[in-house]
Amino acid sequence: MLIPHPLLGLRDAQEFTYLGDASLIARPDGMAEGAEAAFAEYVYQRDNPAGLHRELWFHEQGDRSWLVVTRDTTTHEIIGAELARDVSLARREAGA
Amino acid sequence: MRFSGFRVLAEALTGHTGWRPLWRNPDPQPAYDYIIVGGGGHGLAAAYYLAKTFGKARIAVLEKGWLGSGNIGRNTTIIRSNYLLPGNQPFYEFSMKLWENLEQEFNFNAMVSQRGILNLIHSDGQRDAFRRRGNAILLSGADAELLNADQVRDMAPFLNFDNARFPIKGGLLQRRAGTARHDGVAWGYARGADLAGVDLIQNCEVTGFRIEGGAVRGVETSRGYIAAGKVGVAVAGSSSRVMQMAGMRLPIESHVLQAFVSEGLKPTIPGVITFGAGHFYVSQSDKGGLVFGGDLDGYNSYAQRGNLPTIEDVAEGGMALMPMIGRARLLRAWGGIMDMSMDGSPIIDKTPIDGLFLNAGWCYGGFKATPASGYAFAHLLATGTPHDTARGYRLDRFATGHVIDEKGVGATPNLH
Ligand SMILES: Cc1cc2nc3c(=O)[nH]c(=O)nc-3n(C[C@H](O)[C@H](O)[C@H](O)COP(=O)(O)OP(=O)(O)OC[C@H]3O[C@@H](n4cnc5c(N)ncnc54)[C@H](O)[C@@H]3O)c2cc1C
Repeated sequence: MLIPHPLLGLRDAQEFTYLGDASLIARPDGMAEGAEAAFAEYVYQRDNPAGLHRELWFHEQGDRSWLVVTRDTTTHEIIGAELARDVSLARREAGA
Repeated sequence: MRFSGFRVLAEALTGHTGWRPLWRNPDPQPAYDYIIVGGGGHGLAAAYYLAKTFGKARIAVLEKGWLGSGNIGRNTTIIRSNYLLPGNQPFYEFSMKLWENLEQEFNFNAMVSQRGILNLIHSDGQRDAFRRRGNAILLSGADAELLNADQVRDMAPFLNFDNARFPIKGGLLQRRAGTARHDGVAWGYARGADLAGVDLIQNCEVTGFRIEGGAVRGVETSRGYIAAGKVGVAVAGSSSRVMQMAGMRLPIESHVLQAFVSEGLKPTIPGVITFGAGHFYVSQSDKGGLVFGGDLDGYNSYAQRGNLPTIEDVAEGGMALMPMIGRARLLRAWGGIMDMSMDGSPIIDKTPIDGLFLNAGWCYGGFKATPASGYAFAHLLATGTPHDTARGYRLDRFATGHVIDEKGVGATPNLH
């Protein structure tokens, strides 16, 4: 699999390590009410879709950036990749 | 039709004209008391024990493809009861005891072969960890032996003992472990369930659940609606997809695991050998093929096929452990979709929806569990209470903190 790194172009997926669903970016507030239940959900429950999946890959043997890769789990086709930082900032701006 | 040596002889003398199909191929009835979704090893075993052991009737197994088309027909057939944790080991030893009597129980040759499993040791730290695990296994009533390097050399002289990175210092051996014929296990349970009156319905995909007032009433399928008293879901790698139709999210990721078989060779490998440090394991089938594998590819997948980097990694592990494997030609490689749970242990439990039960999260270790999983699932469906050895396999254990994390790697499903 080749991952289209937004800064470095096409890179071999072997240079990356895999973390999982990109929803892991949205870590719940540990001090909020109901944090315990929110964390149980955050740490353990997954959508695990068959089809398009947004997921976190770490360019460990490259520029050590985190990417959000969109990939089809039924074919392994990679649709696109963004810097996780950009995704996170956009989320914050949108007030999510 | 009972199988026996005499029967084989009689058929041989009469041109094999007396053999009959092993099960009926019925159309679905409008309603059943028990519906099992998924005709893999676990679903078929559950139906078998529900009918035979728990005396229940009006049972159907719904399978979207053909019986045994999922992981039960794709695995590397290792059976063992060498777990560490008290939440796991009694369950797997219960399974081993059922394996030991399985062929007599369902009158079918599943080629259960207790040829032993050897986990290799390469360092003092690993020896300490394996000694602890061996003691835990002995305390649970199962068998384990710690071998030194010479004893391993006697068993498997072809291993590379002097690898610079992973020299072989010994091994943990479980003699009662071994292999079984994976398809034979599915067919044996299917035939036994059919003989006990279970309807095995193939090409019947469950496409939805009818849930009213918090209770399941039946299932929508590609062959129409079927009403049910209780529904048990045992669909392995498809668990998240199926349970999503009941509005549930699971502590599971689906990942692809590959396996490999070489051309047939004369007997060389005495049992199952695992090289955990190098992510490689191997056994030899009765046809002579070397059956081997390694790690998951490592990313979410429903594709039932993996990629080349993992093949290279497994081949490197094989060459490091037993260089002679380089002379064997690879015949086939394939992949299966694993229901990787968040702590590496399975779930056999009721769900928040009345009458709906779940059997999932088997990771790459569910073949050895087939008899006990089927038995425990049947116990839960028939009595409403968990089987003694499966009490820890709760769906809510992640929220309550009672995880059963054999490897101690936390919520990283691709590392279990
Ligand atoms: C390469 C590989 C090697 C392995 N090696 C080992 C090993 O050495 N030892 C070991 O213990 N385990 C091993 N395993 C794991 C083991 O095979 C599985 O854990 C086990 O088979 C899962 O249970 P099952 O047999 O019920 O699953 P399956 O056979 O996958 O059964 C699930 C069934 O559900 C059906 N289904 C799915 N969705 C629907 C639907 N909507 N409606 C109706 N039916 C549906 C599927 O078609 C399938 O037939 C291995 C797995 C793989 C892939």
